[in-house]
Amino acid sequence: MKSLGTQGLILNEKLLFEHSDPGRKGYSLPRLDVPPVRLPDALVREEVPGFPELSEVDVVRHFTRLSTWNYGVDSGFYPLGSCTMKYNPKVNEVAARTPGMAAAHPSIPDHLSQGALALMHDLQQALAEISGFPAVTLQPAAGAHGELAGMLMIRAWHEAQGNSRKKVLIPDTAHGTNPATAALCGYEVVPIVSDGVLSAAAVAAAMDGEVAALMITNPNTLGLFEAQIKEICQIVHEGGGLVYCDGANLNALMGIARPGDMGIDVMHFNLHKTFATPHGGGGPGSGPVGVTAALAPFLPVPVVVEEQGIYRLEVDRPRSIGRMKAFAGHFGIMLRAWAYIRSMGGEGLKRASEMAVLNANYIRARLEGTYHLPYTARSLHEVVFSDRDLGGNCHTLDLAKRLIDYGYHPPTIYFPLVVKGAIMIEPTETESKEVIDEFCDAMLAIAAEAGASPELLHQAPKKTRVGRMDETGAARKPRLKWEK
Amino acid sequence: MRYIPHTAEDVRQMLETVGVTSVDDLFAEIPSSLRLQRPLALGEPLSESELLSKIRRLAAQNATADTHASFLGGGAYNHFIPAVIDQLISRSEFYTAYTPYQPEISQGTLQAIFEYQTLICQLTGMDAANASMYDGASGCAEAVLMAVRATGRRRILLSSALHPEYLATVRTYCRYLDLELVDVPIDALGGTDGAALLRLLDDRTAALVSGYPNFFGVIEDLSVQAAAVHAVGGRLVTVVQEPIALGLLKSPGELGADIVVGEGQSFGIPLSYGGPYLGFFAARRGDIRSMPGRLVGQTSDREGRRGFVLTLATREQHIRREKATSNICSNQGLCALMATIYLALLGKAGIREVAGQNLAKAEYAKGKIAALPGFSLPLSGATFNEFVVEADEGAAPALERLEKKGILGGIPLQRYFGGMDKRFLVCVTEQNSREEIDALVSALAGGKR
Repeated sequence: MKSLGTQGLILNEKLLFEHSDPGRKGYSLPRLDVPPVRLPDALVREEVPGFPELSEVDVVRHFTRLSTWNYGVDSGFYPLGSCTMKYNPKVNEVAARTPGMAAAHPSIPDHLSQGALALMHDLQQALAEISGFPAVTLQPAAGAHGELAGMLMIRAWHEAQGNSRKKVLIPDTAHGTNPATAALCGYEVVPIVSDGVLSAAAVAAAMDGEVAALMITNPNTLGLFEAQIKEICQIVHEGGGLVYCDGANLNALMGIARPGDMGIDVMHFNLHKTFATPHGGGGPGSGPVGVTAALAPFLPVPVVVEEQGIYRLEVDRPRSIGRMKAFAGHFGIMLRAWAYIRSMGGEGLKRASEMAVLNANYIRARLEGTYHLPYTARSLHEVVFSDRDLGGNCHTLDLAKRLIDYGYHPPTIYFPLVVKGAIMIEPTETESKEVIDEFCDAMLAIAAEAGASPELLHQAPKKTRVGRMDETGAARKPRLKWEK
Repeated sequence: MRYIPHTAEDVRQMLETVGVTSVDDLFAEIPSSLRLQRPLALGEPLSESELLSKIRRLAAQNATADTHASFLGGGAYNHFIPAVIDQLISRSEFYTAYTPYQPEISQGTLQAIFEYQTLICQLTGMDAANASMYDGASGCAEAVLMAVRATGRRRILLSSALHPEYLATVRTYCRYLDLELVDVPIDALGGTDGAALLRLLDDRTAALVSGYPNFFGVIEDLSVQAAAVHAVGGRLVTVVQEPIALGLLKSPGELGADIVVGEGQSFGIPLSYGGPYLGFFAARRGDIRSMPGRLVGQTSDREGRRGFVLTLATREQHIRREKATSNICSNQGLCALMATIYLALLGKAGIREVAGQNLAKAEYAKGKIAALPGFSLPLSGATFNEFVVEADEGAAPALERLEKKGILGGIPLQRYFGGMDKRFLVCVTEQNSREEIDALVSALAGGKR
């Protein structure tokens, strides 16, 4: 089996603090052109103890070496399920660094920030068109932050009806953020058992006068379309509740179907997933939220509004849930998402969803039969296998680590929780058939290795700079900062 | 489409392997009544050159420190960004990676976060820092929730001298959590009123939240506040919206703070019209397990080599679900990397020198403005790089006059506070030359004649 993974010269690198040498400098400042000032001694510290002293070269080598220990989408295939690790277009990075955008202060008066506001307004409109929701806020900083905004709006809507309900229904396939968010809004979480997809009957059985909302993900975390979504929304609405949709998997639906047309009331977008903005090693993301007209008065502030070609940030909205953060949101991320949407156009976005779904189904077709597929309904953008049929006492973790030796970032593992030993593969549309074939070959080779020479899996990864880490030790005796 | 590699032949072969005849068949599970029957109305795709010229046209409609002399602060600061930062964060092994779930191929991100956590602890004088929150405001809200968890109490005292948008964010987060939020008024210095604080503190109080420097730029007396809040068994939450100040000022940890949060944008992160920025978050050793957000810890691999992993995840939503310490599921990874590089470049001498320049330039501007007839400095507390100015003619007319001369003179406080129509907040950083400050002063004076 041909493997992408090989070994070359990997440089070691100490911590910043271990490099430090007194007297080294890595910065320059203009000469002070006003008289120096001393604050009272009682207010002042001598120095920042422990801060490093490095030259510019030290710093550049340090972080360049660290970067080589990472694996990104630009390094290779990164099929991390639920995270939509698609290619991040380079022109968007250039666009975000345009000085008039990157250097704009958030408190500049509206009449001096019309360019930024016009872009935000256009993005609000584009997201509304893609999702089918008439009103959109761009303020939330990430998907989970958007969830919080959305669930707070649902609660505010109920309170405005004079009807404060206590419970939120969440299917067992949901992301962990869903129950955590519901709890932050003061709700009690009621789990619902799904059988891969949620049945209208299960929702009907769980509905009562205390249910404020159902939180659903569509397509769900198994990559399956919630086919009874329309009936489910009807049942929740008839029971006086609202439906929240986790929009993490919107990459399956662009130009195909719109959550706003399904009866859903609120949905967050993940600009860093669906709209190709970089994941940044863990963030920043951006989590706009779309809502129905009935919920629009509750949107967080500010909202960008347009009147006769003039844009402004509207903050005076009496029924708003308030602010989710300071300023207007992750503008730099919005700009990249806007650039992506404008580069793709409507047809391009639809093509992206189609090819993302084709790639997932192709992987499924190639691996089904070797890997156990617990749910067999038609897959959309991702496919979830389990480790049931792996031989040699090998588990999902071992497979993941062995994939690293082959040169791939592993899929999402052990999620969703409803699948024991889950292997959740989301290829996205930006991977070619050639890349996917090589990945599938590696998956098949590893399945064969598990039976024949399981130690290859148990000892993996072997080609990385470091091997498997002692995570238990890390948690038992936490060392969260460097100390001499 | 240049981002989608599939040829017609690829598609044909793949459909054959899948066992369907058309791409449309792949969506058979979606009921036809839910299918969108028209193309998305998003216009024609733009080429790279068309896209960039459109962006440039829009960017030209925004004012920046390149087009105007800017004295805007108020939670976002115009500091110099060394060229190294953008060069290094543009290594796509950093910016196209995600959360370091697989430590063996994420040691770059993990070690950088470990270094970031260390730098934040050193700056704030605290024991442990997390991998970051969305921004200063949401970090402030998370600190309130953490104080409630750590004390089991539900009353929170909020200094009215905190950034108004941070206060608004705290109120949003707490909307349905049945907490008692109490405002502590401002005194003549522009700080949290000490006498009122003593009246409002009681044994049900989970925390006092105050700024350092606060929204008005004033350096509060944290040690007095810490003593008072500790006397009733509560926590002191310190909010730092301009952390360059910590290069010069005593650390909040040294003065008795229990949780320190703040906005890290000043550390090499572009203003970018309000985000993405960086919420830093630090706490005492005993409270580590109540902290929100990701934590990176040091450990070793099977051969004893040092390495780093995400740790103490049992606090987090993907394990604890509704019992998690927060619903946060990301950190501001790339922004934390920018801050780490910035602080590594500045180092011990640089953080002090840049802080000293900010202080000196702001004091220079203060002295000149205070001497102008028709202008005064209404708050008497010591400040760092921001201060409040009162204009007899009113803030709006004064700022309008400045704008006509190409100067963004400050943030009108009427935007946030009723009855403050004469006051505005002026920020001076190392980026403002003496010449610019003199121009500000003479433009202000111009209105009197």
